Amino acid sequence: MHCGLPNRVHLGALGGYPLKISGSQIFIECLRREGVKVVFGYPGGVNLPVFDALYDEKEIEFILCRHEQGGTHMAEGYARATGKPGVVLVTSGPGATNTVTAIVDAYMDSTPLVIFTGQVPTHLIGNDAFQEADMIGITRPCTKYNILVRDVADLAQAIKEAFYIATTGRPGPVVVDLPKDVAQAKTEFHYPDQVSIRSYSPAYNGNKWQIKRAAQEMIKAKRPVIYAGGGVLAADACAELRALAELTQIPVTLTVMGLGAFPGTHPLFLGMLGMHGTYQANTAMHQADLIIAIGARFDDRVTGKPSGFAPHARKIHIDIDPTSIHKVIPVEVPIVGDARQVLRDLNHILSGAGHWGDASHYVPWRRQIEAWTQEHPLSYAQGEKVIKPQYVIERIYQMTGGDAIVAVDVGQHQMWTAQFYKFDRPRTFLNSGGLGTMGYGFPAAIGAQKAYPDARVVCISGDGGIIMNIQELATAVQCNLPVKLAIINNKYLGMVRQWQQLFYNGRYSASYMGNCPDYVKLAEAFGAVGLRATEVSEVNDVLAAGFSADGPVVMDFHVDEEENCYPMIPAGAAHNEMVFSDPPRPTRVPKMAPEADGVLTA
Amino acid sequence: MQHIISVLVENKFGVLARVSGLFSGRGFNIDSLSVGPTLDPTVSMMTIVTQGDDRIIEQITKQLNKLVDIIKVVDLTEKEYVERETALIKINTRSEDRAEALRIADIFRARVIDSTPNTYTIEITGDVNKIDAIINLLRPLGIKDLIRTGRIAIAREEAKVAVMREERKAATR
Repeated sequence: MHCGLPNRVHLGALGGYPLKISGSQIFIECLRREGVKVVFGYPGGVNLPVFDALYDEKEIEFILCRHEQGGTHMAEGYARATGKPGVVLVTSGPGATNTVTAIVDAYMDSTPLVIFTGQVPTHLIGNDAFQEADMIGITRPCTKYNILVRDVADLAQAIKEAFYIATTGRPGPVVVDLPKDVAQAKTEFHYPDQVSIRSYSPAYNGNKWQIKRAAQEMIKAKRPVIYAGGGVLAADACAELRALAELTQIPVTLTVMGLGAFPGTHPLFLGMLGMHGTYQANTAMHQADLIIAIGARFDDRVTGKPSGFAPHARKIHIDIDPTSIHKVIPVEVPIVGDARQVLRDLNHILSGAGHWGDASHYVPWRRQIEAWTQEHPLSYAQGEKVIKPQYVIERIYQMTGGDAIVAVDVGQHQMWTAQFYKFDRPRTFLNSGGLGTMGYGFPAAIGAQKAYPDARVVCISGDGGIIMNIQELATAVQCNLPVKLAIINNKYLGMVRQWQQLFYNGRYSASYMGNCPDYVKLAEAFGAVGLRATEVSEVNDVLAAGFSADGPVVMDFHVDEEENCYPMIPAGAAHNEMVFSDPPRPTRVPKMAPEADGVLTA
Repeated sequence: MQHIISVLVENKFGVLARVSGLFSGRGFNIDSLSVGPTLDPTVSMMTIVTQGDDRIIEQITKQLNKLVDIIKVVDLTEKEYVERETALIKINTRSEDRAEALRIADIFRARVIDSTPNTYTIEITGDVNKIDAIINLLRPLGIKDLIRTGRIAIAREEAKVAVMREERKAATR
């Protein structure tokens, strides 16, 4: 019971409008109208008025994170798992600046977030006041939009626009900076029914003529590949993508952001492409005569050396963001539009083309791809004793039956998960693709679990990434969010160590983390279940016990310390320059030895 | 190649920072930038002079368009346009140079807008070549201070439109 505090102001009571309510109450009314159910964040000095109003709120649940970066990643996980905007509420100064890494992450991965940062009272702005930070200035280059609300009369409009901008077009984070006096000031509440911003109107429908050209290109092609990314998920175009692939029998490869947009077990699926993509995906891209890029942005981890990228292919590029088109790779058929709309139009034209009844159209091409798949399948050699990291991930896939939301951190385990876990459903793989944020996975898993309390949510992390936001284990325990955390613990920053081994002569500079902390004890200290496997025979038992335990579980898998992630395209190389296994092992060089020549770098 | 890009923006707090931040953050050059109000008090016009090959200019115009507060982006270089820049040039003048300074100003149809026994301040408006030219001529006299507005530019109206209007008038008569 929240005794002694006034009930929420009922709008329309006492004869309806006009009724003056405070900025804090307006904030809450706006969130309700936007259908917000969960807010992640952390209180502090200047946003106490807002938290005071939240105290009486029954419909909106507040999740208290333990660090604002974690809270914002939770909102990202929530948004990525649901497609709805994630909402964050933090205080000014350090509370606000702590969100910045996660805001950049959301910006890079087009995740819709609305972040409400507290701000010092308007008369103190610019005075170097206590806990003042210029959040509008700081987040200007890493948000889709940001706004400082200086007058309570503008607040409802600002919040409406923030949600609209965050969720339309190419989604992204929007920061609303809310000074304390604005939260306290009162005004009449009017929530705008709709938004119209003259300078913002994303194009959803693709150009008909270009779509027709795309269809003609596809009919002509002999060796086409569909290369799809996170935009397909953002546009909710997975059914349309599948329809296109099945109609035309064109094979599909996905970016790391796109995994789940096309079934991972589908016979037309080539696996992920790019730096740690499959041989068949990268080789098909390299040999293709037509690439149909959908909601993907030709990231350098995908293309490798741009001049060597898909040299024989004409390219169709479908993207809602015009800046993505021609940014890295010139394309023959640019289509600006929403992936779902465009694919519907394209499927409509193609299904009327009468060309696709003949399934033999691409048979030679499919046979060639099948041969590549046989030539270099994803593989690892699990011995008797030492646990191979890929084995743990494959076992997690098998034991969950693929029916889980999987969040990962960044590095080797991320790539192994992308390779070995087959994502059949959209929005089940959460990872930091663009920014590569270590510490993303666990809070993102918490956010996803909050969205789907009954779903199986697994976080696969490394011993480097997990410690970056391990404090959120307290959040998971307090809120009873039963995330199952599997730490692929190789005692190294594995991907850094791998690069040092391959490109820096085995000089492991600052990449060894040691056997610290004891994750079982750490889990228990937080009130979670802690389990450990150090030999391969223990893996199944630990997973079975972990998945059947209630509440959050930490499973610490001590894996082969120097297992490398293959296949690999070295940075700056092309798709036909893949590496499949360790080169002859370099002898480790003493620390002071001169640096090797010909080092490949990022 | 140099391009002149005309950018219609919301007249809001922080829009200039968004635009300049976009250029610095993505490594685009700004040769000059000028901003001023328009007839509509809620809207400002920026003229940005920048450099780059076609791919870079395409990215610049697309990235500008992507900013929420930007209403319209026009690459004037693709069209017929007129451009002007103003410079205020303060020169040191020994008594024997004063007549020469005035002659130069006169040739360029520049005006002297301030005068002291030892200095003239000259106002010159024109395209960028004209301003460079007068600066070169005045430099030997001793330029003390120089300020340039940066270029502003506006698209030329197509002659066709005017003809059509005349025709319309004729038709209604």
